Amino acid sequence: MRKIYFNLLLLIISFQVHAQDSLLRSISDSLSVGRGTDYVTGTFKALYIVNMKTIEAPAAGALNFEIQHRFGTINEGAYHLWGLDFATLRLGLDYGISDRLSVGIGRSSVLETFDGYVKYKLLRQTDNTASVPVSIALLGTTSYYTEHIANPKLDSVFKSQYRLAYTAQILIARKFSSKFSLQITPTFIHYNLVDSSIDHNNVFALAAGGRFKITKRMAITAEYNYLFPNQLSSYTGLPLQNALSFGWDIETGGHVFQLVFTNAQTMNEPQYIGQTVGSWGNGDIYFGFNISRNFNLKPHRKPKAY
Amino acid sequence: MRFKYFFFIFFLFCSTQGICQNYMTKTGFIGFYSKTPLEDVQGENNQVYAVLDPASHHLAFAVLLKGFIFPKELMQVHFNENYVESDKFPKATFSGTCSGEMDLSKDGIYQIVVKGELNLHGVTRPLETTAQLEVKNGKVTGSSAFKIKPEDYQISIPGIVREKIAKEMDVKVQIVWTRNS
Repeated sequence: MRKIYFNLLLLIISFQVHAQDSLLRSISDSLSVGRGTDYVTGTFKALYIVNMKTIEAPAAGALNFEIQHRFGTINEGAYHLWGLDFATLRLGLDYGISDRLSVGIGRSSVLETFDGYVKYKLLRQTDNTASVPVSIALLGTTSYYTEHIANPKLDSVFKSQYRLAYTAQILIARKFSSKFSLQITPTFIHYNLVDSSIDHNNVFALAAGGRFKITKRMAITAEYNYLFPNQLSSYTGLPLQNALSFGWDIETGGHVFQLVFTNAQTMNEPQYIGQTVGSWGNGDIYFGFNISRNFNLKPHRKPKAY
Repeated sequence: MRFKYFFFIFFLFCSTQGICQNYMTKTGFIGFYSKTPLEDVQGENNQVYAVLDPASHHLAFAVLLKGFIFPKELMQVHFNENYVESDKFPKATFSGTCSGEMDLSKDGIYQIVVKGELNLHGVTRPLETTAQLEVKNGKVTGSSAFKIKPEDYQISIPGIVREKIAKEMDVKVQIVWTRNS
């Protein structure tokens, strides 16, 4: 009998010690069970991998200012400071109408081109259950170049409708781990005017890009834009190349800096996918950077009240 | 004898397993605030699980870090990705005891001291703070405010944003409990 009491006493002591833990465990466990759907965030750090738009979008009420710069080619040598004497620029604004819908406008110096896009997040990857394995966004882009044509005889050819090109893309991305994300982007481009009669006005391409985080705030990125063959023959008489780009993302609070190396000097889809003539093999490598700055025009959202 | 024995065991389970009359909520509030001349940061969470055992004066909190809402969405992404690493450490928990004069069966305002351990970002540290319990019509409102240093929990803040984030975060807690029925 005494033994039983002794055991009971031990039990009480151990229970009292563990009471605090079990109280925590009871709510901690129900917290795990009760958690709802969590969407994966931060698949990519920026709205662009290098040239390709990512599934990321500004949140509702947030405005993103994007400065994209590409210098001349590195093979221009020391005389032109390895291309730094020349620069092309795209300035862009991206705005989140809702957390799913965003719009953007841009103006780039190559061919004095304006562009505008609408992006809609169709599907968002979830993280606690594998029910939605990927994020999918639909993207429609229009670009319009306004460069003056010196030869007046060509005025009738380069009417405004012939300066337009349209791009439709499906952005499919998956964040495999906190470090590694991948995006596949089937692309359709319609050019209202192409270089020669053998070129197609409707062309298809497949782009892929990814990022690998090397620290919490830095990542290495790469993207490749594969233009399916026998659609476009050349651009300005030069053979076409597929755009291959590498980047180094550095994130500091509201800014993201991306240092990039690419064989495409242009920054619009119809131009870098279908009109890239620079070749990595020949050293036609453009150094450049993307800088983004986020502004919050409206507070994002209040905590949900129960 | 046997009756006494069973009664004893029953009492034991009651008091330790918390099946008797615990106060429990899933909608507690925790907010943290950082103010610097350059930038204000705030994150608020309305889905805090909190339980109070009035018999033993034990209490526990658990919260999902992903549930903190920031007025700036980018801050929310950075909070989860770069600072608290909520993929690796999804929860923050607190477990402790409260001491001081309190009688939850009687309306009134009680000043108490809460002492326990806070687990955040995989680091467990002791935490002691004053709190207030207000009992009114069977409803218990607990509130507290304290400060924590991110660096104490191995949350590193890079030099470039160090000036934008306060050395110490002001943390506010407010929990409204009604007795479990």
